[in-house]
Amino acid sequence: MIKNETATIENQAAPILSGPGGPREFPDWFRDQQHAAWKQFESLPNPTRKDQAWRFANVGLLDLSPFNYGGPLTEKERATILEESRGLEEVAGRMIFAGDELIERDVISDQLRKRGVIFQSLERAMVEHADLFRKHFMSQPARLGSAKFAALHQALVSSGTFLYVPRGVEIELPIEIFHWLNGENASAFPHLLLVTDELAKVTVIEHFRSVNEHVPGFACGVNDLVAGPGAKVTYVCAQNWADNVVALQMNSTTVDHDASAMSLNLHLGSRYSRFESLSRLIGEGGRSDLLAVAVAKHEQEFDARTLQDHVSPHTASDLLYKNALDDHARTIFGGLIRVEPHAHFTDAYQKVRNLLLSDDAEANSMPGLEILADNVRCTHGATSGQIDEDELFYLRTRGIPVPMAQRLIVTGFLDEVVQRLDHPAISEQLHRLIEGKFAKNRD
Amino acid sequence: MKTETSAVDIDRNKGDFFYPEAHVRDAGAGLSERTVHYISDVKEDPDWVREFRLRGLKIFLEKPLPTHWASKDLEAIDFDKIRYYLSPGTEAKRSWEEVPDDIKRTFERLGIPEQERKFLAGVEAQFDSEAVYSNIKKAVGEQGVIFVGSTEGLKNYPEIFRKWFGKVIPVADNKFSALNSAVFSGGSFIYVPPGVKVKHPLQAYFRINAENFGQFERTLIIADEGSEVTYMEGCTAPKFNTPTLHSAVVELVALKGAKIQYITVQNWASNVFNLVTKRGLAHENAEVKWIDCNIGSRLTMKYPGVIMKGRKARGEVLSIALANDGQHQDTGAKMIHAADETTSNIISKSISIGKGRATYRGLVHVPKHLKNCKNNTECDALLINATSRTDTYPAITVRGTGNAVQHEASVSQVSSEQIFYMQQRGLTEAQAMSLSVNGFVNDLVRQFPMEYSVELKRLIELEMEGSVG
Repeated sequence: MIKNETATIENQAAPILSGPGGPREFPDWFRDQQHAAWKQFESLPNPTRKDQAWRFANVGLLDLSPFNYGGPLTEKERATILEESRGLEEVAGRMIFAGDELIERDVISDQLRKRGVIFQSLERAMVEHADLFRKHFMSQPARLGSAKFAALHQALVSSGTFLYVPRGVEIELPIEIFHWLNGENASAFPHLLLVTDELAKVTVIEHFRSVNEHVPGFACGVNDLVAGPGAKVTYVCAQNWADNVVALQMNSTTVDHDASAMSLNLHLGSRYSRFESLSRLIGEGGRSDLLAVAVAKHEQEFDARTLQDHVSPHTASDLLYKNALDDHARTIFGGLIRVEPHAHFTDAYQKVRNLLLSDDAEANSMPGLEILADNVRCTHGATSGQIDEDELFYLRTRGIPVPMAQRLIVTGFLDEVVQRLDHPAISEQLHRLIEGKFAKNRD
Repeated sequence: MKTETSAVDIDRNKGDFFYPEAHVRDAGAGLSERTVHYISDVKEDPDWVREFRLRGLKIFLEKPLPTHWASKDLEAIDFDKIRYYLSPGTEAKRSWEEVPDDIKRTFERLGIPEQERKFLAGVEAQFDSEAVYSNIKKAVGEQGVIFVGSTEGLKNYPEIFRKWFGKVIPVADNKFSALNSAVFSGGSFIYVPPGVKVKHPLQAYFRINAENFGQFERTLIIADEGSEVTYMEGCTAPKFNTPTLHSAVVELVALKGAKIQYITVQNWASNVFNLVTKRGLAHENAEVKWIDCNIGSRLTMKYPGVIMKGRKARGEVLSIALANDGQHQDTGAKMIHAADETTSNIISKSISIGKGRATYRGLVHVPKHLKNCKNNTECDALLINATSRTDTYPAITVRGTGNAVQHEASVSQVSSEQIFYMQQRGLTEAQAMSLSVNGFVNDLVRQFPMEYSVELKRLIELEMEGSVG
């Protein structure tokens, strides 16, 4: 019975491993790139744990054979997704994707459009703004281990968000993007191409969610984030896939002189989620803040790999990753601060903290440094521990029961990261998502 | 510049001499089963050792070089050109008078007999593949302490030797431990009976004299219940034009309540590949402490480890690495917690000068369901020149609650304010730099035995010469 059902789904949807598909019209040059990328995907070997970039990772979870291009959306599903895509009260613009289909777009204000802000789908941008698109689209190679999956993404990406903020334009309200996985074994290839020109300012928050709670799915996303000279870019990712989803995300940020980029990744959902963050500091005075919070429960595995690449002198970066682990969850942090030759006067910091809440949880930390210049200040730290008995005792003496006291301590531990965003509405939203996860798991 | 009484060979030029070879036993260049049989025949190995060697060879040939994480420089080793066994064909002597003159001259130039008289409880001197001298102070020998070469240990004390040999570091641990298992020769075998505390250090001195040679000593130290022992090793080789290989395996076993302190001052010539596997097993309440100073060699890859197998066992690695032009010191530590209430401490300090590269690579493992384990890791790196390089690659795995693990690392350079301040007080820039560097390692060096700390500071001063300005 069950077998028949699966067979029907397979008949409906083509497996992603059959290669680039989709009915959409793309320019020839883009199609060519996709076919080249597909060849590359096929020729690159599957990662193994012996690769340093995949050390400790459960690579066995990366079997892509079950996944397919999601089928068409029913009216009911579409309505549900639109209904559930509630985010901030006020946004400057919003896009909602189901699978790789853009199903709704709240355009930016006329005022912003007149000042030259471009906010449109990827497939339109590659036609209307081909030069800008080609200059920045996946211009950075995936250096953190997932070259194979970046190639897969490039071969199969069919939609996404293109956002260009011209010189001197400051968008005060955040831009909000939702990505939804819908249906069993569905896949999505989310993409955000964000380019800011000199002294521009923008904040983007991306939500990753599933329509169905426990069904398997696959997401393989790439983000290109470009902070022009003096620009200020804030990127927030709220990953809350269903608990059987396998997700890979490769983000690369380029920070020009006097620019500052801040990213915050919140990891709540998925079975296995790998997040690669590359931050390149290519101009003097550039600064990059990399933040992440993960709440890992049950069998979840969160695999974060980061590279703070100081290419230019006089640059600063600061990384803070915090993981709370319960049940049989595992986390992996593989981070590297790299100071290239001549990148003197680098100031780089990296800190990962693991809070273990169960005897079966496992935290792996690999904070790394590669320093090829002098006159630098580089520090890193990694700690793993558990809830402080004294803190717990203090709360109990105030009449707070143990489970609640534990939750308070854990959320306090994680909030330190969330509060580093200078955007109270987003911080509040992330806080609620974290609370939501704790509440859900009490059932 | 250098007195004959130093405990450490501080001047690299001092070891840079060699005498013509007069080897009676020579396994020839290249490695095959024939080489292994040759060594086994010469050493009259029992069958199990011969099989052990052959298994090592098989694994060595099967395993790839670890270049997916390690330096590509390893590919510069030509295993077919290396000579795997060279010896004068005589047994280790108990007195220096019996040691052949040219070999004795070598060690006299290095000051070994002098030091033995002054402060050592026993000395073993290895020349190429075999120990040429091995002696232990009478009083220490009378306590039942065994201190002999590994060949002799294997022959005369098989019941203790076999029980622990290859148990701490399995043959297949890595490519180079397999290589050592195939062709090992020399090294020390030490057994300290229960409750015996050896007051003075035992010392081994390793000397490579021949060109295109590989030294593969094998050391096994067993400290029985409640005993204590300190072991020091030093090493030199002349600077030949072709690379030399040194690939040792060192296994330490500290039984209940025992303490082993193992001190290495590695000052190989700058064309030596120094690829060493060192590991200790600490039983209940036992302590294994590695003090590891790496000054010489072209590429050193060495990560002393402690497996804390018994409750309340302790492991410690104190490491100083100095990488000058053309050198890569790839060093670190491994701490495997395998019982409750075990504690480990890693302190690593590295200095990169000129184009030198210092790498810290660490592993801390706290597996499931252990309680009250603690690890503290501190790595500090100092960069002297703009072309110097340093890396830190720790890997930390912690499972479960009830354990505390912390890792901290920093990279810095001598601040120009410090230098300016000292110059103002009349010091030259070089002196000021040297003083700052000594300050950087001082809190660690202070924990070393006195003879070593003094010499180490002088050695660092020497290496610093000409690096400023």
